[in-house]
Amino acid sequence: MRWNSNSKNKAITTKDTKEHEGKPAERLTRPIGSVRAGFLVILITALVLCASLLLSAPSEQKRVSIYSTAANYTLSVMDRDHRDYVSLLEVLEPLGKVTIKNDGSRWKFRYNNVDAEFNAGKTRARIQGHDVDLPGIFLLENGRGLVPLDSLTTLLPRFLGGPVTFNVTARRLFIGNVSVHFTATVNKANPPTLVMEFSSPVNPMIATEPGKLRMVFTHEPIVPPGSQTLTFDSKTIPSASYQEDNGAVEITVNGSEPLFASFSNDGRTITVTAAPQTAAQVAARTPQPQLNLPAITSPVQPGPYIPSVSSGGAPTYFAVVDASHGGEERGAALSDQLSEKDVTLAFARKLRQELESRGVSTLLLRDGDVTLSLDQRANLANSSHPAIYICIHAASRGTGVRLYGALLPPGGENHGSFLDWDTAQSGFAAASQTVETSLIAELQKKQIPVRALIAPLRPLNNVTAAAVAIEITPPENGISELNSPGYQQLISETIATGMVAAREKLEAPR
Amino acid sequence: MIPRHLVIGTAAMLAIALGMSVYLWRMRGRVPHVEPAAYSGPIAPPVSGPTEQVTLYVADDESGILRAQAARIPLPAGRQERAQELLRALLGLYLDKLSPHPLAASAEVRDVYLVDPGLAVIDMNAAFADDHRSGILVEELTVASLVQTLSANIPGITRVKILVDGKQRETLAGHADLSGFFDVSAVNQMVAQMQSAQ
Repeated sequence: MRWNSNSKNKAITTKDTKEHEGKPAERLTRPIGSVRAGFLVILITALVLCASLLLSAPSEQKRVSIYSTAANYTLSVMDRDHRDYVSLLEVLEPLGKVTIKNDGSRWKFRYNNVDAEFNAGKTRARIQGHDVDLPGIFLLENGRGLVPLDSLTTLLPRFLGGPVTFNVTARRLFIGNVSVHFTATVNKANPPTLVMEFSSPVNPMIATEPGKLRMVFTHEPIVPPGSQTLTFDSKTIPSASYQEDNGAVEITVNGSEPLFASFSNDGRTITVTAAPQTAAQVAARTPQPQLNLPAITSPVQPGPYIPSVSSGGAPTYFAVVDASHGGEERGAALSDQLSEKDVTLAFARKLRQELESRGVSTLLLRDGDVTLSLDQRANLANSSHPAIYICIHAASRGTGVRLYGALLPPGGENHGSFLDWDTAQSGFAAASQTVETSLIAELQKKQIPVRALIAPLRPLNNVTAAAVAIEITPPENGISELNSPGYQQLISETIATGMVAAREKLEAPR
Repeated sequence: MIPRHLVIGTAAMLAIALGMSVYLWRMRGRVPHVEPAAYSGPIAPPVSGPTEQVTLYVADDESGILRAQAARIPLPAGRQERAQELLRALLGLYLDKLSPHPLAASAEVRDVYLVDPGLAVIDMNAAFADDHRSGILVEELTVASLVQTLSANIPGITRVKILVDGKQRETLAGHADLSGFFDVSAVNQMVAQMQSAQ
């Protein structure tokens, strides 16, 4: 009711104004138009601001990494009044016995045998009876004592009784002598290889992009080399750069070709290989009129192994063979002397040899007794874009070969080109089935008992290629024959033939 | 001076008390001395009451499949307790030396939680995983047996999570992935393929 009456009044007022001023109705459009224009400007500005806020990447969480002989760990850094703060309890808890007592604004803290007292809102603390001045006030939040990040250089030596080195800019704190050094050299083999030797085992997160390979080390106390930029006398791998920021070290290897990293020497050596020309590039440059499938029928490529990696176009027929387990992880104890990790490695090497003799470029993910996590295996496989990923296992029970496809949980959430990690294999299930069918056919031809199953077996779920796990079981002669060259030769030949036979079917839809 | 009748009465009562003491002393000597036996019964009372027919899916290493086995076991009324008893009955089969799929002698079901409509969390003890034989098929059979037995007898379970000692574990014994949830329909499919691929 009120709205109606107001509307009526408003209408009358407008009419009155028109009559009183005696102006034609269209003249009023000018102020109304300017109001509209102003409104539009405000609206557009608001939209632009919203869009810029939405499109801008969220600010990265600040972190500090702490390296010590007891533990290497990363903590969140909090911003309080434009100053970086960190929880003192979280800093010292991994290093020793910590007890706290909260008494109003007083916060009593004990680390091993060192007593300290902090007061909320104060810049002065007391450690072992001595006053210590903090660069900012001490904060107490829900019983949690926060100290300015840059106060750690003052506080920690008093608690730990030894010196600490704190790179405040990069937020990396070293307690004691815990540094990891590295050297990087490029050998001019074919393909050129960058060999990085670390003084302790490392386990970086690796990402590749055209012309770059990035390694991010979060838990390793790596110290910078003499120069932040390393240059090499190689056209393929001309340089590498070292950068430390936000509690991590990033080493970027620049290459004129796609690069690939592999681990050896129990994680102490990272070898970055410049991939040779892909089969597609070779085919484009070298006329081969009689051959439709040049990679299969091309001669064996020289060298120990030459992985062929797609440069972003259609993947070439390139296989990744993964010898399961390794290093600290023995796998099954097949007999008193025989470990699964040794059998899988021997078989994987034979399979690589067989595949390469059939013209299929093959990468062995593990070519030594090294520990690789399941995520690392999946990452390495996915970053090399293979057509087929074959994972080798061995068992003491049964006869012949068992083939496994991934047991995929339903409904992984993919976001554009970002696939759900646990169900990344979903889009390749049909391709995996094609490979499995081909392998079964070849094994049956050779009268090798074969059984196809699905299993909750990682990293099959995470691989973005046709992926099959092979479990080799002993021949009828018994377990001792499992590692015999003859038996492994028979199985590897058959599997390699099956993988080659699957090629035509895999490439048919493309 | 104490009255005479009181002296006689007191003396009589003392005589009776002395006589009874001697009698009891002699009786005690006749009772054979028996050492108390060590208690060997269960600490917690066993589930008793009427038994119910259930289907246990028992792994068989030789054929590499699950065999449905009917059993009558006493089951409590609560859904969660039923799930626990069911898996304890299944584990009991695997602890037998002649089991077709032997598990570690000290393997135990610590608890089963039905936390969410459709989600069952099985918490096994450390020995179950630490002493489990390693191999894709042998581990897969254990997982399939637990999931299948639970989902077939406790209606409404759609997902199963297996914990070891209350914690998440990456794999059972180096192969079967325990880091995620087992979707019952996917496990059914896995078992179906297992049975058909025999």
